[in-house]
Amino acid sequence: MAATRTKAAPAAVKAASKTSDGPAKAARPPAAAKATGRAPSTKSATAKVPALTREQELSAYREMLLIRRFEEKAGQMYGMGLIGGFCHLYIGQEAVVVGMQMASKAGDQVITGYRDHGHMLATGMSANGVMAELTGRRGGYSRGKGGSMHMFSAEKHFYGGHGIVGAQVSLGTGLAFANRYRGNDNVSLTYFGDGAANQGQVYESFNMAALWKLPVIYIIENNRYAMGTAVNRASAQTDFSRRGLSFNIPGEQVDGMDIRETYAAGLRAMEWCRAGKGPYILEMQTYRYRGHSMSDPAKYRSKDEVQKMRTEHDPIEQVRERLLKAWKVSEDELKKIDAGVRDIVAESAEFATNDPEPDPSELWTDILK
Amino acid sequence: MPVNILMPALSPTMEKGNLAKWTKKEGDKVKPGDVIAEIETDKATMEVEAVDEGILTKILVAEGTQDVAVNEIIAVLTQDGEDASSGSAPAPAAKAPQATPEAAPLAAPAIIAAAPQATVAADPDVPAGTEMVTITVREALRDAMAEEMRKDDAVFVMGEEVAEYQGAYKITQGLLQEFGARRVIDTPITEHGFAGIGVGAAFTGLKPIVEFMTFNFAMQAIDQIINSAAKTLYMSGGQMGCPIVFRGPNGAAARVAAQHSQDYSAWYSHIPGLKVVAPYTAADAKGLLKAAIRDPNPVVFLENEILYGQSFEVPKLDDFVLPIGKARIHRPGKDVTIVAWSIGMTYATKAAAELEKLGIDAEVIDLRSLRPLDTETIIASVMKTGRIVTVEEGWQQSGVGAEISARVVERAFDYLDAPPARVSGKDVPMPYAANLEKLALPSVADVIEAVKAVTYK
Repeated sequence: MAATRTKAAPAAVKAASKTSDGPAKAARPPAAAKATGRAPSTKSATAKVPALTREQELSAYREMLLIRRFEEKAGQMYGMGLIGGFCHLYIGQEAVVVGMQMASKAGDQVITGYRDHGHMLATGMSANGVMAELTGRRGGYSRGKGGSMHMFSAEKHFYGGHGIVGAQVSLGTGLAFANRYRGNDNVSLTYFGDGAANQGQVYESFNMAALWKLPVIYIIENNRYAMGTAVNRASAQTDFSRRGLSFNIPGEQVDGMDIRETYAAGLRAMEWCRAGKGPYILEMQTYRYRGHSMSDPAKYRSKDEVQKMRTEHDPIEQVRERLLKAWKVSEDELKKIDAGVRDIVAESAEFATNDPEPDPSELWTDILK
Repeated sequence: MPVNILMPALSPTMEKGNLAKWTKKEGDKVKPGDVIAEIETDKATMEVEAVDEGILTKILVAEGTQDVAVNEIIAVLTQDGEDASSGSAPAPAAKAPQATPEAAPLAAPAIIAAAPQATVAADPDVPAGTEMVTITVREALRDAMAEEMRKDDAVFVMGEEVAEYQGAYKITQGLLQEFGARRVIDTPITEHGFAGIGVGAAFTGLKPIVEFMTFNFAMQAIDQIINSAAKTLYMSGGQMGCPIVFRGPNGAAARVAAQHSQDYSAWYSHIPGLKVVAPYTAADAKGLLKAAIRDPNPVVFLENEILYGQSFEVPKLDDFVLPIGKARIHRPGKDVTIVAWSIGMTYATKAAAELEKLGIDAEVIDLRSLRPLDTETIIASVMKTGRIVTVEEGWQQSGVGAEISARVVERAFDYLDAPPARVSGKDVPMPYAANLEKLALPSVADVIEAVKAVTYK
């Protein structure tokens, strides 16, 4: 059964990504809206795959590539012993966070779990600061005291980086609570995985978010495995867009490998939230190429499955193809972007390797204000 | 056979109440379900219904009588033609046969039925000559929240029953009326979720007061309190603080058994990144809660249900704020140091009074805060007395008393004339039966015995 399920899903994603002019098959009218008759203002049911402008495609390409190259470098540095502890790479999932960031505005908050490097880069946090945190150096975002799973940027409204699976969902709902309390129009982008989606506090948060109409988008990054457990072995309801059904929270399944889809879904969700209608769920159907963490050989899935995803659905390759074919961007121009990204990543690795460790006195700082 | 109508107990901790009003008069016929009187407790005014049918022949406690003890006969009901006086003399409230006749006489229930006004040594933080007003701990807590909410729009209170119900223990009484539903927020019964929402809001600079109906239920939320609230400032390299107060009653109330009686003093005081406050008096409750709300750090504020209704003098000042982390010498003395906090102070102070009769002059320290722990005040006292007894309702293993004993041994070993002694709750889940519950809790007798042991009397 596990095999059937996991094979069925990529087919749907494939269909969506290939039919660039046809209807988006992965996206469908939100089940919750159907059940309650509260139709969210979504156009996904009938709309074609939304097109991005040339500039948006180029920007998305660069942003996703930065995350990809950064993570590859982080993996390499972990192997060299420069990064310790746990290190969870975002490779494969780049279109989710980049699409959502493209749809957001300044002031919107971002919070996520432990697979967080991509989110930090996407919110504009510096590669140097993130990489130096990974190596536990004083120039890291948390001065070397947080590490891979616990990084924050008050300036960029990035609220972590949380190591307890599911905790960020209540916290992210709290960010939305603060927005409503202050009467501003900011939205909380609260990310969690298919694994965290089974935690109890997620539903406590759904209930209160719906009850109080809090402006929060719950972005469920369904990468099909909670560590090594396939979704159908852990979840009685594997359609995560329906997880808000009991609370009348509308939800959509989105092809999380296609930046156009994640961006369009993000816009729909933000419009809903900013209109004061309460929370919104986006199930982003995505895939992680690497293991759960650096020590995971990923024996629970076949190499073919991973390979198929990489060759047929890669979020970056899709954009690259369109840039070359549809937008007539030259190979040279893309190479320039690639080189620019490589430089940023190389510099961050250099910085994170040479930056000193925190001063011993830092042991005793930041415990209390 | 005449039926005696007794003063009813309307809550687990109620010992007495006011007979606010009779809604029936002598000679009235009543049937089961009829409201016959209104009883005022420290939390609410409740209607009392008749259970039996008959004629309200005699009203024994007049309308407006204050402090009527639970189980006192307040009226007599007779059947038609019966003479109220013909029945047997009204029996006193039934008492269960005493299974432990050896129970120390000093462990009497005086703990709960404490004098309405406890006398407290002057606080050095209160200017001499300050006018004092007598209020309950409950009122002090409410006033502290109201004052801070008036001052700062970022302060709000959330929790179960805090708004329309006016607080499960009436601590938030009147706040909804003054501040509205935006700032006084009833939550669903989801401790884990709303604690996390409070912490998330605090990350953005809001100052939530999260009320737990009791800290027993906060165990559902302890991950958010410790992993998110206490650690984020450190994990963010100082970028993101969490100015939040988690408050509610902690420890044993009365007859609510194992799952509703736990003392979390030791649990929270273990955690760097938290401040932990556990006041005894109304003045400390007010001054420290105001400090906790203003504090930029997460503060766990441990209250005690039994103390809620007790009255103390509170300084009449526009803005009375006390420092967190400073103990108060409640009663100076020279022979032995007794360290307690919160409800533990009731055992300590009563024991000190008894000990005085035995010629032992005890110094009683009210810790008030458990983290930071005011080690200096304890050490200075022990250097003077050479003896220390700690008092807590929590369990002994890894308890606050264990920590204090260790610090005293580390820092004042040469001054000790006896090993430190710890009085604590017994190492058992809290039993329900009245006699067993009494045995499980520390008692005044336990404190006296411990003091005698360390003073070799």
